[in-house]
Amino acid sequence: MTSSGTATAPAEPVAEEMVRRRRPRPPTQDSGWWAALLLLPAAAGLAIFEIWPTFQTIYYSFTSWGAFGGHVWSGLENYRTLIADSDVFHAIVNTAIISAISMLAVPLSIVVAALMSLPGMRGVTIYRTLYFLPVVTLPAAVALTWKYLFNGDYGLINWLLSKVGVDGPHWLSDPATAIFAISIVGVWGSIGYNMVIFLSGIHGIPLDYYEAAELDGAGRVSQFFHITVPLLTPSIFFVTVITVINSLQAFDLVYLMVGQTSPAITRTETLVYLFYQRGFAEHDGGYAAAVGVLLLLATLILTAAQFRLQRRWVHYG
Amino acid sequence: MKSVRRWTSLLLMAPLLAVAACSSNSKAGDDQPVTLTYAIWDQAQAAAMKQIIKEFHAQHPKIDVQVQVTPWESYWTKLQTSITSGTGPDLFWMTMVYAKYYATGGGTAALDDQIKKSKLDMSAYVPAVTKAYTINGKVYGIPKDVNGFGLCYNKSLFDAAKVKRPDDSWTWNDVVSAAQKLTNKQKGVYGFVAPEADELSWYLTVPQAGGQVISPDGTTSGYDQEATIKGIQFWTDMITKYHVSPSLQQTTDTDPLAMLTSGKVAMRYCGSWEPEEIAAVPYGKANIDVAPLPAGPDGNRNYYSNGLANSMSAKTKHPDQAWEFLQFLGSDRAAEIQAKTGTVIPAYQGHADAYAKAISEFHLQVFVDQLKYAQPFPASTDTAAWRDAATKQFADAWTGKAPVAEVSKRVAETMNQALAKEKK
Repeated sequence: MTSSGTATAPAEPVAEEMVRRRRPRPPTQDSGWWAALLLLPAAAGLAIFEIWPTFQTIYYSFTSWGAFGGHVWSGLENYRTLIADSDVFHAIVNTAIISAISMLAVPLSIVVAALMSLPGMRGVTIYRTLYFLPVVTLPAAVALTWKYLFNGDYGLINWLLSKVGVDGPHWLSDPATAIFAISIVGVWGSIGYNMVIFLSGIHGIPLDYYEAAELDGAGRVSQFFHITVPLLTPSIFFVTVITVINSLQAFDLVYLMVGQTSPAITRTETLVYLFYQRGFAEHDGGYAAAVGVLLLLATLILTAAQFRLQRRWVHYG
Repeated sequence: MKSVRRWTSLLLMAPLLAVAACSSNSKAGDDQPVTLTYAIWDQAQAAAMKQIIKEFHAQHPKIDVQVQVTPWESYWTKLQTSITSGTGPDLFWMTMVYAKYYATGGGTAALDDQIKKSKLDMSAYVPAVTKAYTINGKVYGIPKDVNGFGLCYNKSLFDAAKVKRPDDSWTWNDVVSAAQKLTNKQKGVYGFVAPEADELSWYLTVPQAGGQVISPDGTTSGYDQEATIKGIQFWTDMITKYHVSPSLQQTTDTDPLAMLTSGKVAMRYCGSWEPEEIAAVPYGKANIDVAPLPAGPDGNRNYYSNGLANSMSAKTKHPDQAWEFLQFLGSDRAAEIQAKTGTVIPAYQGHADAYAKAISEFHLQVFVDQLKYAQPFPASTDTAAWRDAATKQFADAWTGKAPVAEVSKRVAETMNQALAKEKK
């Protein structure tokens, strides 16, 4: 093989083309201007709708509200009430339970994603659509459908249970089961989104690893635990963080499926539900803001803890 | 590069220019067309409201009215938020529950000047409703309707069980004994349904027992009074003592009205706005009828009645046009349209007959007959602050977890705290 002839011949036109392409846009200070301009809408949106309201909420948590927006500075009063409020304590416990159960979605979606990536798996597109459907469906539609399924007297779930001789509970109105019923819907609803992230993670794993493992006699299960899971840890970390944050914000299912008059409400009231209730139903904006700040702190602490712990189990590269 | 910048800035300017152009076009003078927004919560009444608007528009071609229907569950949060942010509707339905809150907080406009100028006759409306929307001597709403209540019952189930149908001689005891005969656990039929829904449950029996939810001056809770507790006990007894009503879990899972219209319960207390919904279900239309609300143990027939009003936003940009429409909403003709659909008893007196005849299958006259026993709906300045909390706490009594007396006293404490906060 003569190296000189083959190596240099195509190099010249490529280099020339690169120079020609670059010429109209040289990396001067202008490109920074462009980047800023293109980022501006997103940054402005973030600043106006996320960051500024956060500071506003912190400010409002030190105020006492009248009707239609009037408020006066009240110092730490809201926080003093917050500490003594047994509803806040219940809301923290309920939110923690929902968060814990929602973590089930992580292993479940890994398994779903892994099964869909199996070579020769048929109908992947259909499954992917089916699993993703809850993500794009309106929460109100999801909640109403499940509400009918969970109905104690006429629901499909209890009808199926009765076929095997089990007398099902009133899932959503029984204080003992309501929080689990809601959490199950939450897990069901989040599998689709997680699955998509895991699928792309799995597709990033080089096939060579599996081929090598197969030559060494490793079965599918062994490959899953020794190749797929360890190499998926960056995705698992991301999904876990997102799942915890989402579950802390649980509201719509409680609002739509349980509701104010249910005997199960004290056992399912989450922090965001309490925020809504105090702020919008009972017109106590300042106190609601204090609940919001509490939620912000909880989110910060849990996320920071996860970022610290990730060093022990997440493998990059 | 410079040209790119110029074009970009022009592009960014375009929407601003467009907005500026629009606003200069739509600068409205007095005789310019105006579109008012009118917020309501009941889909069932939307048709009647639209007909009223159509007739109004025929008389006032320059005023358009747009109806916004928001379900009750989110109506109040949406209304308050939108008024606070200045994007609220020009006119909206008001309930006695929120009347004082909106009037004293600056959400609704006082209408006295307009009433005087237009010489609107306020004595045409049911006095109890007018009174509820007169706050600190000023009128904050033109009465729309008034609520009556009755005992809805299933004729077929009564006849099949050979139980005498309810009439105006009935008291609580008759309800209990009939419910016991009508309950058939094998068939999954209950004689009565005792939901935990203040307006449709204990607000009807507490006054009959001589109790009160709130003191007449609106400053203290009445939930710790013996008579009040007795009125609430009537409902919990149906579930925990006589076992003639579905449990609270069941009434939470399935709407009690649906239980009635599907033949699962034989009796249910119902409001004058509900027959239209019952008649919409063929089984309901064929089998249900209305009897007078049974009297209390001592023959007392008092009950707490809500009634709606149409109010004007304090922040409306078109007060004159809004008043024109408000006047029409409170007119004789508007009352006639509402009565004929059978959805409500108009607060404008003299149209109760049209309501009573609206659905020939039902004896709607019973709702009208008891209007004279109506007591003002329990309300303080910020009613929502204690009303929701009460419902939440009474769940313990409905499920039999704690005695009514105990829960009721706990509710009184919470409510008194909330009322004390109002005075500050």
